[in-house]
Order: sequence, then structure tokens, then C-alpha cells
Amino acid sequence: MSVDAATVRRIAHLARIAVAEEEVEHLRGEINAILAFVEQLSEVDVGGIEPMTSVTPVQMKRRPDVVTAGGDPDAILRNAPAREENFFVVPKVVE
Amino acid sequence: MADELTSLTITEARNGLAKKDFTAAELADAHLAAMERARALNAYVLETPERASAMARAADARIAKGTAGPLEGIPLAVKDLFATENVRTTACSRILGDFSPAYESTVTEHLWRDGAVLLGKTNNDEFAMGSSNETSAFGPVVSPWRRKGSHTPLVPGGSSGGSAAAVAARLALGATGTDTGGSIRQPASFTGIVGMKPTYGRCSRWGVVAFASSLDQAGPFARTVRDSAILLRSMAGYDEKDATSVDTPVPDYEAAVGKSIKGMRIGIPKEYRIDGMPAEVEKLWEQGREWLNAAGAELVEVSLPHTRYALPAYYIVAPAEASSNLARYDGVRYGLRVPGGDVTGMYEKTRAEGFGPEVRRRIMIGTYVLSAGYYDAYYLRAQKVRTLIKQDFEECFNTGVRAMLTPATPSAAFGIGEKGKADPVEMYLNDVFTVTVNMAGLPGISVPAGLDAQGLPLGLQLIGRPFDEKALFALGHVIEKAAGVFAPKAWW
Repeated sequence: MSVDAATVRRIAHLARIAVAEEEVEHLRGEINAILAFVEQLSEVDVGGIEPMTSVTPVQMKRRPDVVTAGGDPDAILRNAPAREENFFVVPKVVE
Repeated sequence: MADELTSLTITEARNGLAKKDFTAAELADAHLAAMERARALNAYVLETPERASAMARAADARIAKGTAGPLEGIPLAVKDLFATENVRTTACSRILGDFSPAYESTVTEHLWRDGAVLLGKTNNDEFAMGSSNETSAFGPVVSPWRRKGSHTPLVPGGSSGGSAAAVAARLALGATGTDTGGSIRQPASFTGIVGMKPTYGRCSRWGVVAFASSLDQAGPFARTVRDSAILLRSMAGYDEKDATSVDTPVPDYEAAVGKSIKGMRIGIPKEYRIDGMPAEVEKLWEQGREWLNAAGAELVEVSLPHTRYALPAYYIVAPAEASSNLARYDGVRYGLRVPGGDVTGMYEKTRAEGFGPEVRRRIMIGTYVLSAGYYDAYYLRAQKVRTLIKQDFEECFNTGVRAMLTPATPSAAFGIGEKGKADPVEMYLNDVFTVTVNMAGLPGISVPAGLDAQGLPLGLQLIGRPFDEKALFALGHVIEKAAGVFAPKAWW
């Protein structure tokens, strides 16, 4: 499979990465080189094989459903590019 | 005196501190001075001299009181992928800016608990995506190694290139790394030191900047196998903050160093004999077999038929997980923000400027293979291939094979700017021998085994059964004893 320019623009938008028009062709080439490389997987017979979802077969542990951290808005907000009081500030979302 | 202090192994430093031959403060100072002289290597992206001095003084006080921990006063470097409380942590990406974590990663917390001293944060490929340390926002690391009679700057490997260079150049007694597809073992091999990737789940991933969560694992760099064993014992352990960390006791890995390997069955996977492998790598592998054989191991040829599919499957699974993990960098909670009109424009501009080309490429590949209509063809198929790779190993281990011996890398270090410019896949091929281990979640160690004709180090890799790191330390020590220890000649 290979991607065209429209697909490159669509992926970039899905990934929320701005791509300038003059970058599209170059990116298309690189993405297609990687897709060509992974194409060899199509020759593997995966019939009846379960996908690997866990590396080590362990029972997931449970813990009491209690608050273990929090209550420190300054620690959470101190790296924010923009804050007001105890809130992150973003551009207006709803008119 | 100062040079002698930076050339010590962790084992020797531990003994010297206990005998009061020198203090932890002197040990830290010797390293801080060496780091200052070696800035041309660009191994550290942040030196933390004040913290190092304070930690060393505290270590000296504990030694005096007789309450020293297992790593008391040992100066270490930490890959900039580990969150360090109130110490800038960037994953070597512009998008994290001057991010200052309000918390400490579990692995580094364990090191400080045991008395270790932080020298600084080391350079790495941006978000650990790379095999040469060239994708770092701080610029490439220059390897302390050079080809005979040449001044061409070489890569230290990646992604943990700064940690590897720092340990090889005597700028730290040991370092932490992370390994998603070979990011500890490949740079260890390129710089002539020992690099260990433990079993998935052995070390907590909490506080480690996430790349591909089902593959990422922290591990140590050191100049000897014994030193690696000492470091891993402190780094490992169950952590309730990481649901994939495994609750099984941490053994005394150091006790395995020097243990007999007599009768151990070692597999030699025939699929690792790849086209275009340099004769020197082939010869080194043969040499490694002879060393293990002479120490009493029983060598058997084994087959891992799905080996060749590991790398392509990795380049689906890893970007897919990365695209999801890196969605958090949105210019809202931390790091860089670039205004872009509305909120979507802000996201898009922030991420375009904040991520470097390799990271952008991988996020886009990951987004594509997870997008509607392609998930089954790519991601699901890759996860099934992963099952097959794991089964290949399990079948060999079931026949009594205790570990496997392979080359660590398909070549010695290459020059900065030499690879991957035209085709990103050229760079990816560096990980062909290491990536299978991550795909199967197994432990692997790279041990320096010799020099090539140009005088550059080459490593051998040992792959073990899940949670059988001890066997790898025992076997690695046999190779180390036979091969000797390698050090670059200081030119910086």
C-alpha cells in the first residue's frame, strides 16, 4: 500500500501536526518507503494466531480505589505555558 | 588522583569508599571536572554539579555513620528520558522546553534510595527515536571513539547515546538508559561498554517519558558486567504505579557474576547470519562461541524462523504506540506553545515546531496504521507476528536452551551524518539483532567482545529467558574475561 498527497495531509491533520504544502511530497516519499519496508509482513501466515496484547502473562493487580495523589494544583500547573488561577488557559473553543 | 577516580569500576569505587581511601565528594568532583573537559562530546545536556555535591556530602555522612546503601556515593548519569524532580527533563525534544517534573521516576528514586549521586542528564535521540543520537534537539553526541588515524566524528549509537558516551569516556561510573528496540544494547556495543535490557516488567516505567509502552524498558550502562549487575539490582523491582511492572523478587544479580556456565545450553540462531554482514562481525560471533564452549557451555544451532519480520513489525507497533503516547504534547499543560488562532491551529503549530522530523514521521506513520480501515491490515497483523516471534523463542527455550548468543549490531559505529539521510529505513536496520528481544519482552545484554580493523568496538549479545537476567550476567562475564575491557583514547 502507498499513500498519496491527500492522504499525507489527512494523516497530518489527524496527528495535529501542521504540514506546509512544500513538505507534502517529501513526507509522502518517506512514509511510502517505510510502508514498503513493512509490506513484507503480508507474506506471513497469521491464520489462527492471537495478537500479542501482553508481554508477560501476569494477573493485573488491583488496588484500593482511593485517592493516592493530588490536591496540589501548583505542582500540576507550574509547567503550564498559560494559566489563570488554578486553570490551564487555551484559545477560545466555544463562541 | 582525579583520573584514577574516574577510571574506577563501581565495584572498586564501592570498596575504596568503604575503606575511606577517598570520599564520595572527591569522587563526584573528579567526575564533574572530567565532564567539564569533555563538553565537546555533548554527552550531557544538563550538568547538575550542585545537586551532585550535596548528594555526595550526604553519602559521605551516611558512610561515616555506617548506614551506607549499596550504591552509596556512586556518581551516575541519567538519560534525559527519566523524570527527575525539579531537574529539567526534556526527552531531548523542543516540545518539552524547560519542563521541570514535580516527581521522580521510580528507577531513579531507587538509585537515590541506595545512595547514588546524580551527575547530570544525558543526551538521547528525541523521545528515544533513533539509533545514532542524531535526532536530539541538543545536537548529536560525538563518540569518544575514533577510527585509527582518523578524526571523523562518529556516532555513539542511540537512542541512549549520551549515557553510553559518558560511561565510555569516564564521565560517570554508570548510567541509566532505556531500550525500546535496542537503545541500550546498540550504543553499548558502539562504545565498548556493557548494556543490559532487562525483561519487560523488571523495571518500573513510571516517570520514564513514554515512547512505545509495550516495548520500553529501563536498564543500566556500565564498564563491566559486575557493575551492570550491581546497578540493575537497585533499578529493578515492583512498583504499584506501573501496572506492567512484575511483582517478583529482585535477585542478587552480582552473585551470578563468576558462576560456572558448565553444561549451559546456548542457542546460536541461524537466522542472525544475515546477508551483507561484515566478515569481522561473523568472526567475532565465532570467537564468542569458542569462548563459551571453552568455559563448558554446550552450543546448539537453533532456528527463530520469524526473525526477519521483527523489524518491520516493530516499525508498525512502535510508531502506533508512540502516536498515542505523544498525543499529550498539545501546548496546554507543559512545554512549548505556539499560537495558531483557534485551539486546533495551536495544537498543529505547537506540534509542528516542537517535534523534530523523525518524531513527526513516526507519529504520522503510527496515526496512519491505526486509522480506520488500516488497523487490521497493519497493527493487528503486526501484533500477531509478534506472537509468532515470541513463540519462536519459547520453542527454543523449551528444548533446554538457556540463552542465545548473537552479534549485537550488524556493524561498528558509523560517522555522524553518514546514514539514513535519503531513506529512514537505512537507519532502522541498525536494530535488526536487538529488536526481536523487545518484541518478545526478553532480557538481553550487550558485552564488548573485540575491536574491528579500524579499532572500533564490537559487542556480542546474549538473549535470555524471561526474568533469567542472572544467566546473562554469568555468560556475559565469561565473554568479558576472555575479551578484556576496552577504553577509548582521550582526544577531547
